[in-house]
Amino acid sequence: MRSVRALAVAALSVLTFSGTSHAAEPKSGGIFRIYHRDSPGSASIHEGATYSLNVPFMPIFNNLVIFDQHIAQNSTSTIRPELAESWAWSGDNKTLTFKLRKDVKWHDGKPFTAADVKCTFDMLMGKSQQKFRQNPRKSWYEQVDEVTTNGDDEASFKLKRPQPALLSLLASGYSPVYPCHVSPAEMRTKPVGTGPFKFVEFKANESIKLTKNPDYFKKGLPYLDGIEFTIITNRSTAILGFVSGKFDMTFPTEVSIPLLKDVKSQDPKAVCVVEPNNVSTNIIINSSGPPFDNLDIRRALALALDRKAFIQIMFEGQGDIGGTMEPAPDGLWAMPKEMLEQIPGYGPDIEKNREEARELMQKAGYGPDKHLQIKVSTRNIAVYRDPAIILIDQIKSIYIDAELDVVDTAQWFPKIARKDYSLGLNLTGNAVDEPDQSFYENYACGSERNYTNYCNKDIEKLFDQQSEETNIDKRKKLVWEIDKKLQEDVARPIIFHARTGTCWKPYVKNVTIMSNSSYNGYRYEDVWLDK
Amino acid sequence: MFAYIVRRLFLMLVTLFGISVIIFVLLRVVPGNIVDILFDAAGFVDPADKANLERELGLNQPIVIQYLHWIGGLLHGDLGYSYVSEKPALEEILPRIPITARLAGLALLFSASIGIPLGVISAVHQGSKLDYALRVVSLSGLSLPSFWLGLLILMASVSLFGTMPIFNPNPKTWLEALTIYAVPAMAVGFRSAALTMRITRSSMLEILRQDYIRTARAKGASEASVNYRHALKNAVLPVITVIGIEAAFLIGGLIVTETVFNIPGIARFLVEALRWRDYPIVQNLVMFIAVVVVVVNFIVDMLYAAIDPRIRFGD
Repeated sequence: MRSVRALAVAALSVLTFSGTSHAAEPKSGGIFRIYHRDSPGSASIHEGATYSLNVPFMPIFNNLVIFDQHIAQNSTSTIRPELAESWAWSGDNKTLTFKLRKDVKWHDGKPFTAADVKCTFDMLMGKSQQKFRQNPRKSWYEQVDEVTTNGDDEASFKLKRPQPALLSLLASGYSPVYPCHVSPAEMRTKPVGTGPFKFVEFKANESIKLTKNPDYFKKGLPYLDGIEFTIITNRSTAILGFVSGKFDMTFPTEVSIPLLKDVKSQDPKAVCVVEPNNVSTNIIINSSGPPFDNLDIRRALALALDRKAFIQIMFEGQGDIGGTMEPAPDGLWAMPKEMLEQIPGYGPDIEKNREEARELMQKAGYGPDKHLQIKVSTRNIAVYRDPAIILIDQIKSIYIDAELDVVDTAQWFPKIARKDYSLGLNLTGNAVDEPDQSFYENYACGSERNYTNYCNKDIEKLFDQQSEETNIDKRKKLVWEIDKKLQEDVARPIIFHARTGTCWKPYVKNVTIMSNSSYNGYRYEDVWLDK
Repeated sequence: MFAYIVRRLFLMLVTLFGISVIIFVLLRVVPGNIVDILFDAAGFVDPADKANLERELGLNQPIVIQYLHWIGGLLHGDLGYSYVSEKPALEEILPRIPITARLAGLALLFSASIGIPLGVISAVHQGSKLDYALRVVSLSGLSLPSFWLGLLILMASVSLFGTMPIFNPNPKTWLEALTIYAVPAMAVGFRSAALTMRITRSSMLEILRQDYIRTARAKGASEASVNYRHALKNAVLPVITVIGIEAAFLIGGLIVTETVFNIPGIARFLVEALRWRDYPIVQNLVMFIAVVVVVVNFIVDMLYAAIDPRIRFGD
């Protein structure tokens, strides 16, 4: 057994934290006021797939384990115990056992036990009688054979094959433990958790209110009396609200670079950070029919991209170029720069790349006198539309005349699912900076989110190989090799990885914005207001 | 008169029935439903889960059955459940109505109390500098979009006073309570006031050229009496028509104003419900708005007779 002395790690982290980050003594009290960018569809984190849900509802829950809330870069070394006191892998790396805390109660007073852990993950794996209305992360637990309990304070995940990444998936904000005795329907409207804050009310399009859980198992926490999210869909109003002091913090990672400048000019004391959010803007190509069934045309497309221009125009230079995995230094699995630049289209000489692209287009029968006519489909949201327009402009240089096809949000996924597009501009967010999540979800044969139906059995073998690998260095090399191959195959050309901003008032303490995920950093149990 | 009222009431019912059919069919013609939207965030559509959810929400039933189910419920006071919040639609809609009613009422009050007197002043002083200035103001009102005006007000408030009048469900002072409604009401009512002013002005100009006005002056009536007692009373009929129409159109202006000032009224709620394809909310809200519009029109028609005795319906 390779045991992890989780408590020791946690104690060490607390020491490090208190010694370096915040010398002042935390004060209790106050309501933390944040504006929310939209009204979430429900309050059930497990049934959602947007961080609009995680931000307001993560403080209600606990996971078995969680990424350290004060280290911006999530990694296996920053995983801390939460409902689990400790965890251990079996010798064959096929069983992950958690020793659970005995002093935890649900917000309705019932005791938390291992049965709740089993219930939650059985439901996520589709094995229980009670079903979620939606279960978007079922694939995360593909390798889990069963969850077993040993008494009230031990739960084990038995795997079909070793998968070290499971621990990271369990540490995500998307992996709270739900109570057995509360139905999924109730969890959508009145969630019950074990976390630092209790649910008070959720008024659609208006507000979400949480109050302090006085019986929280971490004694002395939380510091805040409550958290209030005011739902403001108009971004200008929301930012003005922050500047005027109606809110203590903006919605996390929602402030664009130009708006950030506005905030700083109007409220110079505001603390603002810009971090990558592990969301890539990419091109989806329908290679099931002409013209993109021709590999030469797909390659030409990848060669035509001027990624720096996208980043300069859209984010005033605040973005990163990379492959599927988030670029370094914030991304853990990014290819080294020299390896990235070897991939066609990533070299610094754009004109040379485009010359090569034009040759490929001429080989496919297109040229200055015969342009390829296509449509670029994208969702009717600015973060999709804007890069699509730049893309249309750039591919003009390789004899492709494209027309923008703006698709209503309700129709976007049905449209691409029925392959009713030839070229699309898409955004892909990753909840965890973890190759298993990214590769299996987006590139595995038959995966629901593999919109392009890219299927390469050789690469899939590499997916499994890296997934089972326990040696980090060996795994990284495999991941780089896979990522490079995916870009060379023009599976889903990555244009850029965005960065976004978050601002808060100087009296708000202990907020950390994660730098390789937008989904995991909202427990807020030790946030306090220095007022 | 009685026959006329009965006929109008019958027509109102027919209109409402027609609107109910149109909104019901149109909503289902628009591509995508709540299930597509819910799956949208997940980044894929699971056909089995989608079918289950559609069955759970009754969306797999024939459209006629869905319609009858809705109308049957309406007649029994059951508006159904919101697909999104899973709460009774009535519980979602009712608390928002007084908020929008207050805002709309204040906007109309602003429109009438500013538009009518300024229209009279402008007409009485036709061709003067004051008239030109007021005409510029009225033209600005017609040309400035209310969302832009709203944002401008918010920016100015933050810049000048360090605060902004966005909605607060628990205002601490009566002044704050007034501000959170009055400022957005002015933003949305400005256009309406400008229109009212222009209509009042042109109507007054026409009346002021009538023989009986000259006669009133010849009899020695004061200017105020001529303008307000003789002219305005006769000029006000088209103004009432315009205010009635504006009351109906106000909902369009309120959508942006409620969004900019973050007011949780029915107009913004309607847009959000449409975005989610939350059919029970959209259908019932549109029906509510339709009832308001039809009733306002009915009241305006009745007012004609009250204000101008020459008008006798059904004669």
